Amino acid sequence: MAIPPIPESIVIDAVSKQFTLRHARSIREMTIRAVRRQSLSETFNALDDVSLTIYQGETVALMGLNGSGKSTLLKLISGVMRPDSGSVRVRGRIAGLIDVGAGLHPDLTGRENVYLNAAILGMSEAEIKRKFDTIVEFSGVERFLDNQVRFYSSGMFMRLAFSIAAHTEPDVFLVDEALAVGDPPFREKCLKRIRELRGEGRTMVIVAHDIEMLTRLCDRGVTLRQGRVIFDGDPAEAGKLWRQDRQAKRAAIQAGKP
Amino acid sequence: MSERTVPAHAGGLPPLVAPGTGGGLRHVLKDRYLLRLLVRRELKARYKGSLLGLGWSYVRPAVHFSVYFFVVGVFLGMDRHVEHFPIYLFSGMVLVNLFTETIHSCTRSVTGNGPLIKKVFLPRELFPVASLLVSLVHFLPGFGIMLGGALAYGWRPSPAGLAGAVLGFAIIIVLGLGIGLLFAGINVFFRDLEQVVDIMMIVITWSVPMIYPWWHVRDQAPGWVLETYLANPLVSAVSLFQRAFWFPGTRGDFTFPPDMYGRAAISLAVAGLVFLAGSLVFARAQQRFAQEL
Repeated sequence: MAIPPIPESIVIDAVSKQFTLRHARSIREMTIRAVRRQSLSETFNALDDVSLTIYQGETVALMGLNGSGKSTLLKLISGVMRPDSGSVRVRGRIAGLIDVGAGLHPDLTGRENVYLNAAILGMSEAEIKRKFDTIVEFSGVERFLDNQVRFYSSGMFMRLAFSIAAHTEPDVFLVDEALAVGDPPFREKCLKRIRELRGEGRTMVIVAHDIEMLTRLCDRGVTLRQGRVIFDGDPAEAGKLWRQDRQAKRAAIQAGKP
Repeated sequence: MSERTVPAHAGGLPPLVAPGTGGGLRHVLKDRYLLRLLVRRELKARYKGSLLGLGWSYVRPAVHFSVYFFVVGVFLGMDRHVEHFPIYLFSGMVLVNLFTETIHSCTRSVTGNGPLIKKVFLPRELFPVASLLVSLVHFLPGFGIMLGGALAYGWRPSPAGLAGAVLGFAIIIVLGLGIGLLFAGINVFFRDLEQVVDIMMIVITWSVPMIYPWWHVRDQAPGWVLETYLANPLVSAVSLFQRAFWFPGTRGDFTFPPDMYGRAAISLAVAGLVFLAGSLVFARAQQRFAQEL
């Protein structure tokens, strides 16, 4: 009996993305810079010819220094940004823990925010009603559910946001720096929930700065350096490369200082 | 990987598609639940912590109205030129306010939701459409008061008048959303537009026959100015509303601009074109929203 091949979940093909940094926005600034013969803008490659295929059920860690293109890659996968060249294709529903809390509105109550944010993340009305209690229980903010979110502590705010995002049931789940949420017990709970989602066979792409945790959680590591993929494979190995990058950078800073 | 189960999908696997392409106005209308929540958020957030709440949407037009009524109507004597001047004024004003509020809030709708647009992919047309709906919610109380006032002044509805009102309303909505989409898209790249829009509000208020009758323009200005003036779709819409809600209550000796219905039909067609252009520009601009915001 032939085992059917595992289908691809995310196919990234020769993707490049450039950003333009404008140094001047107003006419006044532009004139001043033009008179001084300074450049008005510069471009840099956030991603440079990146190809990557992620299969269904894989948990992939994206590693790299700040500015190496991890977050840009996640934004391309989620559809928030479009690539300049190349193509990104994804199978099924995508949801993300990308800067949780972006969808929470401070003037609404916790309850209102659960409905709104869950709908923003793509849940239907029936789905939200069904999961409402689970979401609230997970977040642990029951007592303040009818208070405006602006009066929440930052921990409560993040817990609620994480809880909503973690209960959407996407096929592809993107996690960006969201695991540093809350106190240690809550962080444990988050990790448990992520393992649960992973156990259900969802595809996950995770960006974080905790190498230890990533190595334990993921079954594949991809290291990015200045917008290029320099390693793809064993997460421990990917993490090692990243550590080297970090040390090199630190050394460069120290060498430049004295 | 073998110990994990692949999530089952009814009818096989969904296809591989480029993310962030399933947008557009059609999608917005399909996902009405989210739209409803966004409109409610907008209304709740705007009046949260205020004593009057939605009551403010009565106060603003009321003050607006009283100023024009006393200054233009009584002090400048417009109520001697125009019968039932309060109704004349109010029937135009509800429509103009709907238009200006739509443009004002649509223009800021994308930039105002920047954090969200940068993080989660949603059909971006949601935000201008939600702004339009919020403006409509604010329009209703004023419209109701206007109807009450008209009834008190002896107005009775007529099918022809109401059909005209629907036409005028359609012009405002289609044109408002069209310009709203256009401006919302452009404002992401050039924030100057917000200032321009604020100035436009003043011009719009005085460029339609709502505070004065249109024949002032005919009597005081050269012919080509009148032609330009009457070509404004807002002038047609306002005239139709006055024809529907003010005129039947009067003695009936007021003459509306010549060929009012013809111009209104052309206005609706123009509004349709503006709407088309607006949605095309928006659709193109939105591809770069996340990196420009």
